[in-house]
Amino acid sequence: MSKLLDVRDLHVSFTTYNGEVKAVRGVNFYVNKGETVAIVGESGCGKSVTSQTIMRLIPQPPGIIRHGEIHFADRDLVKVSDKQMEKIRGSELAMIFQDPMTSLNPTMTVGRQITESLIKHQKLGSSKARQKAIELLRMVGIPSPESRAKQYPHQFSGGMRQRAMIAIALSCRPKLLIADEPTTALDVTIQAQIIDLMKRLQEKFGTSIILITHDLGVVADIADRVVVMYAGIVVETGTLHEVFFNPHHPYTWGLMASMPRLDLHHEQELLPISGSPPDLISPPKGCPFAARCRHAMKVCTEYMPEMTDLSSTHQVACWLEHPMAPKANKHTGRNGGEADE
Amino acid sequence: MDMIKYTLTRLGYMIVTLWIIVTATFFLMHSLPGTPLQNEEKLPPLIRDQIMETYGLNDPLPVQYMNFLGRLVQGDLGKSLTYDGRSVTEMLLEGFQASSFIGMQALVFGVVVGLFLGVAAALRHGGLLDNIATIVAVAGVSIPSFVMAGLLSYWVGVKWQLLPTALWGTYEHTILPSLSLSFFVIAQMSRYIRTEMVEVLDQDYMKTAKAKGLGRQAIIFRHALRNALIPAVTVLGPLAVNIITGSLVVETIFAIPGIGEFFVQSIQVNDYTLIMGVTIFYAVLILVTIFVVDILYGIIDPRIRLAGARE
Repeated sequence: MSKLLDVRDLHVSFTTYNGEVKAVRGVNFYVNKGETVAIVGESGCGKSVTSQTIMRLIPQPPGIIRHGEIHFADRDLVKVSDKQMEKIRGSELAMIFQDPMTSLNPTMTVGRQITESLIKHQKLGSSKARQKAIELLRMVGIPSPESRAKQYPHQFSGGMRQRAMIAIALSCRPKLLIADEPTTALDVTIQAQIIDLMKRLQEKFGTSIILITHDLGVVADIADRVVVMYAGIVVETGTLHEVFFNPHHPYTWGLMASMPRLDLHHEQELLPISGSPPDLISPPKGCPFAARCRHAMKVCTEYMPEMTDLSSTHQVACWLEHPMAPKANKHTGRNGGEADE
Repeated sequence: MDMIKYTLTRLGYMIVTLWIIVTATFFLMHSLPGTPLQNEEKLPPLIRDQIMETYGLNDPLPVQYMNFLGRLVQGDLGKSLTYDGRSVTEMLLEGFQASSFIGMQALVFGVVVGLFLGVAAALRHGGLLDNIATIVAVAGVSIPSFVMAGLLSYWVGVKWQLLPTALWGTYEHTILPSLSLSFFVIAQMSRYIRTEMVEVLDQDYMKTAKAKGLGRQAIIFRHALRNALIPAVTVLGPLAVNIITGSLVVETIFAIPGIGEFFVQSIQVNDYTLIMGVTIFYAVLILVTIFVVDILYGIIDPRIRLAGARE
């Protein structure tokens, strides 16, 4: 499979009154054609910044792309001009956001908000674009799309708005769709519908998807590969199977243990990861997770761990992978930590 | 369909409101001491009585009120009791021509300049242009229009001899009065637009618009400005009435035959018909403006349109 998107050593910072916040500190990952990659991690780990940097939606200033390359369909998105980026955005690259309640313009009809990008990118006439918009609304499962297209966002429910957002995003058949927590603001039943819709449309159009979320249930449902981020770096990446059933990074163990599961006894407590992420104005020089890690060794606080290949698809950045590291504790985290206390 | 029903309902309310205003003013006005007659004591009682009889002022108040309403329904405001028996309607229309021309001009100029200033300030938020806009706004709100009028009249009219200092006649005569009225409008508009624009630019749907690949202009004018206009329209209503009905002070400084002087004069001399005329005129103007503003709201913000229709 060929890589559609390849992010290499991306560094993004924000200047604030208190100093430079290094939100993304050397992120590497790629997305193949037709594949869904989930980026998971807690709030502030840099997953949204990474995705918005790909779209070049980071306000500059205060944001700065310090270093790195974003290869997308033979171009480096870090280097293309603003004008070129306008052409790429909405046509080849599209994005949907977390809160469908606020992501649609309240004073413009839904139909018009869809036709806008069609007119801009595909140079359609307005009546043609309107027909296409109605078609798109039907495709995302909105009943009586003809009359719905003339309505305003406040006349739509939350789930319908997210469907409309998907219609906008997919209107020009993008190669890559970035979904930034698309289900977080929705009811659980609606979440499942939206994820199903995204899966269905992906099959139909072969769109690649980057899904940003902290909901591991959603990840298990849709992702092919998983990128786990922590404090601005990628700590583990692999196929869905590798990350869920054979996680190697203590942070990933923690994420798995904090997820409610149907196949566990209900007496078993969920284990939160205690502590909080490091301050990214002056990040620790070693592994950023060391302070919260039960397996931390002396080396962890001093040196940043290198990426270790576990398979051709599975990599982890942890000193526990070093041949000299103790191996005994490795599996303690996986099943909720019963071997621990 | 909803729109027609909404408009008719609103029209009904407006008529009721107007009737209440007219009635209240009528009785309040008659409770003021004195009569429209000047030098009342020197007049022989016979002549005095005859004059009062002619104008129907001897009738009991309820009868006068009914007569007045009857004429009002036919669109007759009566004759002024002090201005040589001129028709009140004619006087108001004449005065309003001058006042409204100056006012409209000031309003249009002020809104356009204020809009641009506000948008520019919001886009350069924190920059030089933003600071300039702030200074203009503070000055525009705090310097009274008569100071502005005096300064303009002195510098542009007397010192540089570019435009006439006062009086009425050609188009040139309207420029300075309009300018001095427009500063307040510029100040108000630019502040409201700036504040709202800064807020709107920060909204999620701005990111959506950008993610669609729209150009900067489309984003600002199609998506941001319309949402930023809503609060500005609110202040525009009362502002428009104030400005269009003329500022007495500015009209006095530039010696403009506007409507402003009637407001003050008519009450001092108990010119009953003129008082009523001015009141009705002012009330209708305000009611219509409020109505227009509400309609504008609906055009700008569909959420308001729907709420209005459900009423």
